[in-house]
Amino acid sequence: MAERASSASVTLAGRSALRRYSRHLLIPEVGLAGQERLASSRALVIGAGGLGSPALQYLAAAGVGRIGIVDDDTVDVTNLQRQTLFTTADVGSSKATVAARHLHALNPDIAIDAIAIRFDQSNARDLVRLYDLVLDCTDRFSTRYLINDACAIEGRPDVYASIFRFDGQVSVFGAGGPCYRCLYPSAPPAGTVPTCAEGGVLGVLAGIVGSFQAAEALKLLLGIGEPLRGRLLLIDALGARVREVRFERDRDCALCGDEPAIRDAVLEEDDEPLTGDVEEIAPERLDDALRDAVLLDVREPHEAVLGSVDGAIAMPATQLEARMHELDSARRYVVACRVGAKSLWAVRRLRDAGFTRLQHLRGGLLAYAAQRADFDFF
Amino acid sequence: MSARVRVVAFARVADLVGREAELPIAAGARVRDAWECLVARAPALGALAASTRTARNGRVVDFDEPLADGDELALLPPVGGG
Repeated sequence: MAERASSASVTLAGRSALRRYSRHLLIPEVGLAGQERLASSRALVIGAGGLGSPALQYLAAAGVGRIGIVDDDTVDVTNLQRQTLFTTADVGSSKATVAARHLHALNPDIAIDAIAIRFDQSNARDLVRLYDLVLDCTDRFSTRYLINDACAIEGRPDVYASIFRFDGQVSVFGAGGPCYRCLYPSAPPAGTVPTCAEGGVLGVLAGIVGSFQAAEALKLLLGIGEPLRGRLLLIDALGARVREVRFERDRDCALCGDEPAIRDAVLEEDDEPLTGDVEEIAPERLDDALRDAVLLDVREPHEAVLGSVDGAIAMPATQLEARMHELDSARRYVVACRVGAKSLWAVRRLRDAGFTRLQHLRGGLLAYAAQRADFDFF
Repeated sequence: MSARVRVVAFARVADLVGREAELPIAAGARVRDAWECLVARAPALGALAASTRTARNGRVVDFDEPLADGDELALLPPVGGG
């Protein structure tokens, strides 16, 4: 990607193409040669969600000649707060298919591959190899590591971004620089780092960070500027501050270190939170259990507005220490939170305080709601 | 006058200890000592020790990196949402 194309080919010679990309053609760093490069480039976007929405729209608008969209999910109404590629009418439809349709309407001159499957180890390397670079727009750590590993092995840049609440990260892994594992060697222990479904995200942050990610991808395809190689960009939307930190290749990196242990792209499953010796109860058994137990809801008040169970005692985890004297240690409690991580912590804390009849709700109230059609909860 | 570092926290760590904080450090202190001082203030931070990276004055470093007066220490937990 270091050499600029020396002359324009016939594909963009038409007047309509010149008009469509005229604002690019006016930039010396892009110009006709750069626009030609984009037209002959291929980008794979993994995850058509909050980050994927802006990234896909700007790559398509910019005239990247072939764009692959990998997502096995369907559009949910909770996506619409930030996933601007979709409309209310798209709820229930395949994200990859709907995204491809909208992008084709935006720019009919490019090829779009709608790949409505889960990106996993059976297809990772084959998919990555078909494109010039990959944009990691996913929302789970195991897939992020799989993308990083597949990209490094196949020699493709991994344009990375991630978001949580008001904070975003952007970087470029590989492409001659350090990889994701040089920065974060392995996925965090389950239950320690909340996802957007658990902790929330400011919708527009996805737009800011996904757009930054698209800019990095376009720079790499054009061979211009200073990519975020070996640099982690940190975006704080609440403070309106952007910072960066530098990182280097880790000589002990399992993937690109001096003695690499990873030689293939293998999915490392996200582990379930470690229940250890805490007794858990399956969501489908909660109604039965509540005949002689009380539900102790340890979600914070701002989470509880999304729905609650009749008869439950609301005692936010942050108030547990101060308020546990209100509970009767002779009674049986099922402790529940949104997804089943905070409740584990609360059970251990209550046990330390002398409570013995405790269970925690596996998967939290989200899992309980999933198997009860009459319980509206997000 | 004791030495101090300026802590800048991100994402989940910022939720627990605030976005920015001044922290006094002892002579010879390392990143690990500053981290443990913060864990004493916010015990839930302990669960993030294995996955959080730290940067001293804009460069990612390990927990055994020495700290000096006036350093900026960034705390960077992994962020997974998309």
